[in-house]
Amino acid sequence: MDDLSFEARPGEVFAILGPNGAGKTSTVETLEGYRVPTGGRVRVLGLDPRADHAALVARIGVMLQGGGLYPSLTPRQALWLFAHLYPDPLDPAALLRRLGLKAVARTPVRRLSGGERQRLSLALALVGRPEVLFLDEPTAGVDPEGRLVVRSLVAEERDRGCCVVLTTHELAEAEHLADRVLILVDGKAAAEGSLEELRGTVAQAAIAFAAPPGLPRADLDQLAGACGVPGGTVREVEPGRYEVGAEPTPARLAAVAAWLAERDLPVADLAAARRASLEAVYYEVAGRGRPSADLEEPAGDQPLGTPGNGPARGRRRAASGGRRR
Amino acid sequence: MRTRRFLAQLGVELTLTARRGESLVLTILIPVVLLAFLAEVHLLPTGPGKPVSFLAPGILALAVMSTAFTNLAIATGFERGYGFLKRLGATPLGRPALLAAKLAAVLAIEVVQVLVLVAVALGLGWSPVGGEAPAALGVVLLATAGFGGLGLLFAGTLRPEVNLAAANGVWLVLLLVSGMLAPLRRFPGWLAGIARVLPSAALADGLHRTLSLGRSVPTWAWVVLAVWALAAPLAAAATFRWE
Repeated sequence: MDDLSFEARPGEVFAILGPNGAGKTSTVETLEGYRVPTGGRVRVLGLDPRADHAALVARIGVMLQGGGLYPSLTPRQALWLFAHLYPDPLDPAALLRRLGLKAVARTPVRRLSGGERQRLSLALALVGRPEVLFLDEPTAGVDPEGRLVVRSLVAEERDRGCCVVLTTHELAEAEHLADRVLILVDGKAAAEGSLEELRGTVAQAAIAFAAPPGLPRADLDQLAGACGVPGGTVREVEPGRYEVGAEPTPARLAAVAAWLAERDLPVADLAAARRASLEAVYYEVAGRGRPSADLEEPAGDQPLGTPGNGPARGRRRAASGGRRR
Repeated sequence: MRTRRFLAQLGVELTLTARRGESLVLTILIPVVLLAFLAEVHLLPTGPGKPVSFLAPGILALAVMSTAFTNLAIATGFERGYGFLKRLGATPLGRPALLAAKLAAVLAIEVVQVLVLVAVALGLGWSPVGGEAPAALGVVLLATAGFGGLGLLFAGTLRPEVNLAAANGVWLVLLLVSGMLAPLRRFPGWLAGIARVLPSAALADGLHRTLSLGRSVPTWAWVVLAVWALAAPLAAAATFRWE
């Protein structure tokens, strides 16, 4: 992890999103006190995860990647044990019901399905009524039905004021679960903000349309001229998909339509994209973190966070005091 | 609250042991079968007197070693391998309570073993001497600390599968090179020399002298057991990796 700074607040779901190996687990395990940072300052509920470990563990709930369940224990036994470790636990039986584990309460973990194990891990994280919940890939290996259970529980915990910090490499999960997202690439924060803010950062650039693949550069530059933007701002983002990197004003839309008409092309998938999907944000910033991808980027491309379009970068600065919570 | 956490963990430790078939084989079945078989079928040179009077203390020593070393090493190694120890690390249980629960579980199993084995040995005609029983208890406690430290040293540093093999292999070596099954004076000199620095031999000799002969524990046995009781837990504490 390098130069990473963020803050997660009570009553919000904070998702750490990134490809495998980006440092999501390292980040969460540093917050949980498993790893010692080589530098910087980490605080959870105002406590140092290492020095104040004993005080902290009573107030957090943890779901490890890979579970940490013992195969011959049953959900009932595991939950019974964990309930006895916390001062004011939830009722284990009620929790098993809530997570749909009642039918397998007496089945050893080794015979549970992947989804059942994940839900048991979640139950163990919840039983102590945590103020901060750390969930490392909570929906990995969970079937669609189980995902709904996990999502609704995460939302319930948030609504009762819990701060939920979760990692995922699945965009859809982050989009469903998170209030705010930190996109992590190669141990660095590529972007951070609410879903709205993040979408805003990418949505600035978009009139999208479909046309035959491989149109010549000169044609695209001509369209850029018609739209009043520099050459290179119009580009083929993927074969057959084009984008005008500018605010989608009516005049520019008209220019695009005229340009298509000149070439006798149909209007196909023409869209004024004000809101990008998290996926678009993700590929935008994730690509930027890899040097090889930088080389492929056209010269006129606007880096995320340049003045005027940067809620993402702006938020990072706001939280850059080096304080995590 | 602290006691509650300790008791909950102890409950789980004992439940897991009772449910693990291989634990029961290792801690109860093997010692009982060895004792009964060797006492009745005179395979080994057990010295003068009834074989059982030599074998009973030796098998008690074996039982202590099986529980405090091999069983603890295997169980803890798998708990570590499955990430269970790591997960417990994020709960208010705490390392001292976890270790205390493991130690208490080992002692509880040893009590059961002693009850079962003494009953079997008495049935086989053993007539123990009670006078030095407190010294025997001291020897057992020191050996438990040494074996337990060794078990945690294995469990905390080796991969679970390697640990499983190593804990069983070392168990066999310590069993043979120990004077548990045959007196050390029947060993070639070099082997007896090696045996005399191992905790298994010191434990077996200490129990044999106190319980069957009513004599005191030799100084070398006290020293060997004390050194292991100190060094092994320290080595385990210094090297233990939780994941």
